[in-house]
Amino acid sequence: MSDTITANCPECDATVTFAKAPLNGEVVRCGDCSVELEVTNADPIALEVAPEVEEDWGE
Amino acid sequence: MRIALIYTRLRTEERMLLDAFEEIGTSVTVEPVDVRSEVFDLADAGKWSGYDLVLDRCVSLRASTTISRVLERFNVRTINRADTIEIASDKLQTSLALEAAGIPTPRTLVAVEEAGALDAVEQIGYPAVLKPTVGSWGRLLARVNDRDAAEAVIEHRATLGSSAQQVHYIQEHVDKPGADYRVFVVGGEPVAAIARHSEHWVTNTARGAKASGVAVTDELGELSRRAAEAVRGDVVAVDLFESPESDPRGRRMLVNEVNHSMEFRNSVDTTGVNIPLLVARHAIAVAEVEKATA
Repeated sequence: MSDTITANCPECDATVTFAKAPLNGEVVRCGDCSVELEVTNADPIALEVAPEVEEDWGE
Repeated sequence: MRIALIYTRLRTEERMLLDAFEEIGTSVTVEPVDVRSEVFDLADAGKWSGYDLVLDRCVSLRASTTISRVLERFNVRTINRADTIEIASDKLQTSLALEAAGIPTPRTLVAVEEAGALDAVEQIGYPAVLKPTVGSWGRLLARVNDRDAAEAVIEHRATLGSSAQQVHYIQEHVDKPGADYRVFVVGGEPVAAIARHSEHWVTNTARGAKASGVAVTDELGELSRRAAEAVRGDVVAVDLFESPESDPRGRRMLVNEVNHSMEFRNSVDTTGVNIPLLVARHAIAVAEVEKATA
């Protein structure tokens, strides 16, 4: 049995693969459509398109 | 020993840090905590008293400043400290700290009303750079080349901006001859540097500038070390650029700003320095001291 962790991109339905078990709030990029996705639930995995940059975000 | 890595979005940098802690593999337990749903009781530290260190990696400045201040009240050590976050996230406070430490920085004037702002631009001369005091990734920077443009930007800020944008922070435009530089400082030591090149006057990688690894020269290292010290930074990225020989004050290396929650995903390969591993080691070293003195 494969232990690959995957979910489907909510934008293009492509398979998104995780190297490690994702965490809530983790940001990943869909390899197919390049949209930025956020893990809104870690188990079972739920993905949503990541929010736009907010005014107080930065480094 | 327990360390919390707090975040509001877990980006590549935070994943690299978690991997680095795992690679070190000591008896340290590192717990990632998504703080978006956390509640902080100002009278009771609760679970936070169980951490020897909290490593702040929130992309939200509001979260970083709020939580670091609350944890400070319970003597929970954070990286960076609350003071560092507040100073480094505010360009005015950063400039004041750099000036107080005698660190060369671009000439900066500040005004609190439109009338003073226009006068400040005229004193600086054209082109001048207007920046919001709080903001990152090169957002809302404006280079104005004449009085008409200055009046327009100042009026827009006064009319449309938040109150923070109505502090008019006006800087000389330095016509840098080449790249600008970013030096990564960990635990007071400059550990890696990149040069950033762009056709645009804003040389920020978030705005498409290209980065390449460069040596940490004595000059870059010394200025960065002093800049980090000026803001009491544990882990900071210092942005610098040099003025041209034709500058009335000659060629100078200037510290432009200090970043308290540095991004490094594209700087590990370009510099050959495992920045997240160094950050993780420093965090553990600080946590060990905290645990020993608790």
